[in-house]
Amino acid sequence: MDFNLTEERTMLQDMLQRFLAERYDHEARRKLLESGTAYDADILNELAELGILGAIFSEEDGGFGGAGFDISVVFEEFGRAGVIEPILASAVLGGSLVAALGNDEQKELIEAVVGGQSVLALAHGEPTARYDLSDVRTTAAADGNAIVLNGTKTHVINGGQAGKLIVSARESGADTDHVGISLFMVSSDAPGVSINAYQNVDGTSAARVDLTDVRLSAADRLGDAGAAFEAIETAIARGTLAVSAEALGAMDAAKDLTVGYLKERKQFGVPIGKFQALQHRMADVLIEIEQARSAVVNLAGHMEADAATRDLHVSATKNLIGRVGTLVAEETIQMHGGIGMTDEYALSHFARRLTMIDHLFGDVDHHLERFIALSAASGGQL
Amino acid sequence: MDLNYTEEQEAFRAEVRSFLADNLPDHIAEKTRLGKQLTKADTEEWNAILNARGWLAANWPKAYGGAEWNAVERQIFEEEACLAHAPRLVPFGLTMLAPVLLAFGSEEQRQRFLPRILSGEDWWCQGYSEPGAGSDLAAVKTRAVLDGDHYVVNGQKTWTTLGQHANWIFCLVRTNTEVKNQAGISFLLIDMNTPGVTVRPIKLIDGDAEVNEVFFDDVRVPVENLVGEQDKGWTYAKYLLTHERTNIAGVGFSDAALATLKHVAANTASGGKPLNQNPHFAARLAQVEIDLMAMRTTNLRVISAAAKGQAPGAESSMLKVKGTLLRQELTSLLRRAAGPDAMPYLPDYLEGGDNVDAMGPEHAASAAPTYFNMRKLSIFGGANEIQRTIISKAILEL
Repeated sequence: MDFNLTEERTMLQDMLQRFLAERYDHEARRKLLESGTAYDADILNELAELGILGAIFSEEDGGFGGAGFDISVVFEEFGRAGVIEPILASAVLGGSLVAALGNDEQKELIEAVVGGQSVLALAHGEPTARYDLSDVRTTAAADGNAIVLNGTKTHVINGGQAGKLIVSARESGADTDHVGISLFMVSSDAPGVSINAYQNVDGTSAARVDLTDVRLSAADRLGDAGAAFEAIETAIARGTLAVSAEALGAMDAAKDLTVGYLKERKQFGVPIGKFQALQHRMADVLIEIEQARSAVVNLAGHMEADAATRDLHVSATKNLIGRVGTLVAEETIQMHGGIGMTDEYALSHFARRLTMIDHLFGDVDHHLERFIALSAASGGQL
Repeated sequence: MDLNYTEEQEAFRAEVRSFLADNLPDHIAEKTRLGKQLTKADTEEWNAILNARGWLAANWPKAYGGAEWNAVERQIFEEEACLAHAPRLVPFGLTMLAPVLLAFGSEEQRQRFLPRILSGEDWWCQGYSEPGAGSDLAAVKTRAVLDGDHYVVNGQKTWTTLGQHANWIFCLVRTNTEVKNQAGISFLLIDMNTPGVTVRPIKLIDGDAEVNEVFFDDVRVPVENLVGEQDKGWTYAKYLLTHERTNIAGVGFSDAALATLKHVAANTASGGKPLNQNPHFAARLAQVEIDLMAMRTTNLRVISAAAKGQAPGAESSMLKVKGTLLRQELTSLLRRAAGPDAMPYLPDYLEGGDNVDAMGPEHAASAAPTYFNMRKLSIFGGANEIQRTIISKAILEL
């Protein structure tokens, strides 16, 4: 048992922390978002040059990491700084799927992802699916040698910025069957692809993608026909770890801002941090953040376990992160008073991101229910 | 990061497990499992078994007959003991007084008292709390006035756990009223058979009387029973509270309670289905399990730092608050799971009478008393509100 990061990961963390402290200015980020731009391309390139995207991939796939703890180290720092660059979409979701299912030719794309030249997005969610990963109604129908996609994909993270979309579509089976789902690599400018990008409440960018008679060839398919579901679950598990770690970083940042504020802001002639009512609420926030840290450690440590064990931890962690994230957001706003609600002040951005992360990859209730089902299936054995 | 135990730790766990399987008496495990009360004889029997193996005093140096386990080893033992339904060790002599004697006592005091803790000759209790003081430990009013080679002690202690079994009590007493509260306190060892000591049981909300009031009326205590220096007792008291608090998170207890709860929920019918399929119950059960999964890791994070020699400071306050809330939630769910069978009050059954039947399922009789008894967790050892104040001052620096 060892709760310290390896030397390599400590170096990665230090480097990333230094870079973000220097280059990731809240004011600049806020202005960027106001202008409607999804992210800063220079920052993405610099992060790529530092090798941050390479940390998401194994050596075999062209990176130097790829394990759960590599993802958590990187995304915790992203959360602390409020990074909006498309690394979740491109490296963790899209890149993981190309690495898992792609043939040698398809995998060449990873080099461009690691280098920041290419952005990928996973187009998987659908209007009826909510958080159900197997609810895929977009169809992939054979037409001679061609495959024709039709359907609508929603909440595609960075769908508006991606050069290539990884699109899930059903080749067989009923609407929510696990079997029958395939993944295809689709150029975002292919005929029949219509992308409607928008900004989320937390400043991240997403898109709705309509696919109308999009013609592909079998060479565009990732892996075997109808057999992509497990890889999608794995990619979403990695994505869940990433946003959970990101939430942890955001919680820490919100906590630090609030503690600073409690020491500084005076009312009735004393710093408000001297009031026990606020001290105790802040202590509870801290306790829960430590629990969130443990949950992220648990999930990172089980990312390479068998799928049943991993998924039990995915749901446990995401449920806890959702609960604690909301608590931290609501409590830190309350303790700040009005200033915590202003767009100009960083806290409101952390609070928004923390709250919206609960809507990504399954919320508190979804994962509680899933945990119950997985726990029953495993006979309650962890 | 590596969430796995080392091979040596796993081997140790296996050794502990097989020892428990071979040596824990069934009649004791059965009482613990069902939440029945252990008698003094039960406790002494189990202590003797552990002592014969050299495992009674987990944290003591080997030179004094201890096991000298590090924090991780102690945690492993704790977990296995809980899962095997071994009774909780009474901490007062073993994990509270002994570390103070080892750190601050004279060699004479160590040689005199430590072997008697191991042999069971002495049963210690704690004289910290006083009426009106609560978690304000420094509000000690019990006076000790030097008279020749004796202190004369007058005053009253309360909430003295298992004091009815004890023959010795370690006390905080006021030896100086001229100085600030914390500066005039001494740490005194008192033989409870001395004339002037009276013990009176306090019956509690769960129907049992595990705590007592202890009265001192001109009790003469030899000066050699003073630990360390006069008026420096606050330092020793704090050391006792923060440095040697073991198993503060109670993860082993929670693990055992969760296992019981899951078993009960799977085997209790509710509306034609097992209770664990009731969505409201299942949700509360799952949430406490999820919290406990994180708590195990939070606990191990603190413990593995402690095993490397970093003394847990205010982190133990975090463990106390969260750990006690989880244990309370588990007892609350077990009470709820018992349904109407939680209502009968069956003192004879709980006192371990062999020929007394439970009115409902065997686990149900203790569900409500245990639930009520565990309200103490967030009150004793410094109320959770005190812990939050410690956290806000020591960690958040507010």
